[in-house]
Amino acid sequence: MTAAKDKFGRPTVVVTGMGVVTSLGAGKAENWKKLTAGESGIRTITRFPTDRLRTTMAGSVDFIPLDPFSSTTLSDKLADLAVEEAITQASIGGKGEFPGPLFLAVAPVEVEWMARFEAARATGAASGIDYDAMLKVSGGGQFADFHKRFLFGSVADHLVERFGTKGSPISLSTACASGATAIQLGVEAIRRGEADAALCVATDGSVNPEALIRFSLLSALSTSNDAPQAAVRPFAKNRDGFVMAEGAGALVLESYEAATARGAKILGVMTGCGELADSFHRTRSSPDGKPIIGCVRKALDDAGMDVEQIDYINAHGTGTPENDKMEYLGISTVFGERATQVPVSSNKSMVGHTLSAAGAVEAVFSLLTLEHQRIPPTINYDIPDPAIPFDVVPNTARDAKVTAVMSNSFGFGGQNAVLILTREPV
Amino acid sequence: MSNTSSPREVWITGIGLASSLGEGPDQHWDALEARRINVDETTFAPYPVHPIVKLNYDAQIPKKGDQRQMEAWQRIGTYAAGLALDSAGLKGNTDILARTDMIVAAGGGERDLAVDAAVINDQTQGNAAPGMLNERLMSDLRPTLFLAQLSNLLAGNISIVHGVTGSSRTFMGEEAAGTDAFRIALARIVSGQSDIALVGAAHNGERKDLLMLYEFGNFALKDKFAPVWARDANHSGFALGSGGVFLVIEAKEHAQARGAKPFARLTHVVSDHARRATPGNVTAVLDGLWSKLGAKADAPIITAATGAASATGEERAFLKKHASAPVRALGTSFGHLLEAQLPLGLALAALSLSKGKLFAANDTTGLEVETTAAPSQIVVVNTGHWRGEGMALVESVPA
Repeated sequence: MTAAKDKFGRPTVVVTGMGVVTSLGAGKAENWKKLTAGESGIRTITRFPTDRLRTTMAGSVDFIPLDPFSSTTLSDKLADLAVEEAITQASIGGKGEFPGPLFLAVAPVEVEWMARFEAARATGAASGIDYDAMLKVSGGGQFADFHKRFLFGSVADHLVERFGTKGSPISLSTACASGATAIQLGVEAIRRGEADAALCVATDGSVNPEALIRFSLLSALSTSNDAPQAAVRPFAKNRDGFVMAEGAGALVLESYEAATARGAKILGVMTGCGELADSFHRTRSSPDGKPIIGCVRKALDDAGMDVEQIDYINAHGTGTPENDKMEYLGISTVFGERATQVPVSSNKSMVGHTLSAAGAVEAVFSLLTLEHQRIPPTINYDIPDPAIPFDVVPNTARDAKVTAVMSNSFGFGGQNAVLILTREPV
Repeated sequence: MSNTSSPREVWITGIGLASSLGEGPDQHWDALEARRINVDETTFAPYPVHPIVKLNYDAQIPKKGDQRQMEAWQRIGTYAAGLALDSAGLKGNTDILARTDMIVAAGGGERDLAVDAAVINDQTQGNAAPGMLNERLMSDLRPTLFLAQLSNLLAGNISIVHGVTGSSRTFMGEEAAGTDAFRIALARIVSGQSDIALVGAAHNGERKDLLMLYEFGNFALKDKFAPVWARDANHSGFALGSGGVFLVIEAKEHAQARGAKPFARLTHVVSDHARRATPGNVTAVLDGLWSKLGAKADAPIITAATGAASATGEERAFLKKHASAPVRALGTSFGHLLEAQLPLGLALAALSLSKGKLFAANDTTGLEVETTAAPSQIVVVNTGHWRGEGMALVESVPA
C-alpha cells in the first residue's frame, strides 16, 4: 500500500484548503482562537424585531451588512468568504478556474418576504391583496432579479460564476447533515476517479423571522434568552434546545496523487464516510438508536478503522434534550467502554447550530484540531447529565494527541452522516 | 466497497409514474398513444396547468397521519416512489430496502397562501407594528408545515412510508437536480459504490406561489395552451405540470440475482452548466454532451424542452443537427415538472424500449414525426429553463 491508495485500493482523498465563517468571525485563525478560548458567538438578535418570539437570540453573522437583508444573498456571501480562503490556502487552479466540480450544501432557497412585499406594493391596492392580485403584476420583467435569486440553484450558480468550478454544480440538502453530505459527494467523486479535485462547500444564512419561527414552533430552540452566550448547553442536564446560527465551511479535496504531484500541502485526510437513513419519524431518531449506530459503523468500515483508533469525537451535540441523548446511545453502543474515555465535544456550544453548514464547519474545526493537537471545549457545561457520561472536554480547551477524528451530523428527515478525518493516510 | 472493479451495467427495473395523464406505465402509454393532453386553462387562469389525476393515496400511503404530514408534492412523490418499488418487486423486501440508496431531486417550500395574504395585507396597510409578522407567523403557521416545505422531507417521507433507508440524499436546483440525481446514482452503481437505488422527483404545479416565481422571470405560459413546438417569442414559456416519477436502478448482477427483469439499461447520464451569456452557448453545450453519449444518429430523442424562448430556441438548433432522429417533447403532454423532467424522460424512454416502439408524435408543427421503427436506444435531453443542461442514453436489453 502506498499513500496514494487507501487500504481498499481507492484513491486516498486529502484536504488541501479550507475556509470557515461563523458568528465568531471570518477565517480559520479568528475562529480557532475564539473556539479554543471558549468564546460564544450567540447574541441577542438585532437584525429584525423579536417582539412576541419565544427565542430572541442566534449565532447570526452580523459583520456582513446587507440591505435589504436576504438569507439567500447572505448564503452567497458566507460561501464566497469560505471558498476564497480555502482556494487561497490550496493555491489551486487559475483565478476563477477551480479545476473540479462543486458540491454545495445550502438551505432550501425560497422566495423571501421582500419579493412578496414588493409584488404586493406593485398591485397599488391597500387591502384585499392575494396571490391572484400579485400574479397580475409579477411579469413584465420588473422582478426578473427575484426569479434568478430565488431559484433553488441560485447560490450554486453564483459560486460557479465566481470560482469557475467544472460541470454541473450539485446543490443538496440532507437537513442538518448537509455539510457532511457535500463532503461525502466530493470524496466519492475522487474515489471514482471522476475528478482530481472537488470543492465542497456548505453555507447557511437562515436567521430570519420565518425560519426561526418554524424551528420555534417545533419546540427545537433554546429559550434561555436572558444569557445568550450560555444558552447552548450540549450534554448538560439543563440543556433546553439548539440556537440557530449562520456560517459557511469550504474544503478543497484532492486525490493524494494530484495533491502531491503539484506539491500541495496536505492538511488532513478524508478517511471514511458513513450515511444511513432513519425511517422512524420526521424529526425524531429511532428510540433504539439503530440508524445512528449503523451510520457510525458504516463510517468506521469505510475508513477501515476500529473504535480504538478514534481519539476525538466532534459531536453533532446540538443541545436539544433528544439529540444529545440519542447521540450518546449511538456512540456508547459502538464504542462500548471507550465511550466514556474518548473526548467528545460540541462546537455548537460556541458557534450555535449552523444547520446546512454545520457538517462542513465542523469538519474544518476537526481538521484544525488535528493540526493544533488541541481539542475545543464544550462550554456552558456546569450541570452534567448523569445519563450522558461523556468526557465532553468541559468549558476549557485541552491539548491532546489526536490522530483521528469522528465528526457526526444528524438531521430532520432521518438524515445521519458521519465523517472520519485523519492527519495522515491510514 | 471496492471501486477498482470494471464498470458495471445498470438496469432500470422499476418505474413509478403518476401525472396529469394517469398512474402507472399502462395508463401513460395509452394516453400518449391517444395523444391525450390534460390541461386546465381555468383554475389558474391566465396560466394553463396540467393537474395531477385523482390518486387513491391510501394505496401507497396507508396511514392517514402520514398523508396529513405531507403537502401535495410530497404525497405525489411518496405515491410514485411506492409504485416504483412495486414495479421492481421490492415493496416490503426489508433486506434490500435497508440497503437501497435514495437520491431525490426536490423543490419544496409550498406556502400557506392564506397566511401569506394576511401578512401582506397587514404590511401593505402600513400600520403593522414591529413584530406584526412575528405574531402572524407564530399564531397562524401550522407547526408541521415546515416539514412539508423542507426539500429533504420527500426523501424522509419515503423512508418512513416505504422503508428505504440505505441512504438518503436530496438534490436541489430545478431541472438540473433531476439530471444530477441520476448521474450520481448511476456513477455510484457503475463504480461499485452502490448496488441499487431509488431515484426520482415529484412536482406540484398547481401552486400560485410557484407560478409567481416563474412569472417574475417571464417564464409562465399564459392564456391558451399550445404544444411546445408551437410556442414562439409571442407565446413562450411553460405550463406547470404535476407529477411524480421514480425509478429503481440497479447493477445487472444484482437484478439477476433476485430475478428482476429490466425495462431497459441506463447507459450514460451527463450534465453541464452553460453560463448562457452568449448566443449559441446552450447549443454548443448540448453538442458537447451528445458527443459523450455514443448514441446512434437516428436514436429517438425525448426532450424536456420547456418552451422558454431562449433555451428552447437553442435546443431547436441542436435538434436540427439530428434531423434523422424522431423527437418527442414531454412538455406538450405533461407540462413542465422541473426537477421531475429528466426522471419522466427516462421513465418513458425505458417504457418505449421495453415495448419496442416510440410513443405517438403530438405536435402541430411537424417537428415530431411518426415512426414505427423499433428503437434500441433513446436519448433524453433536459435543458433547464434558466440553467442546467443534461442528457441521458437509455438502451434496450436484449432478451
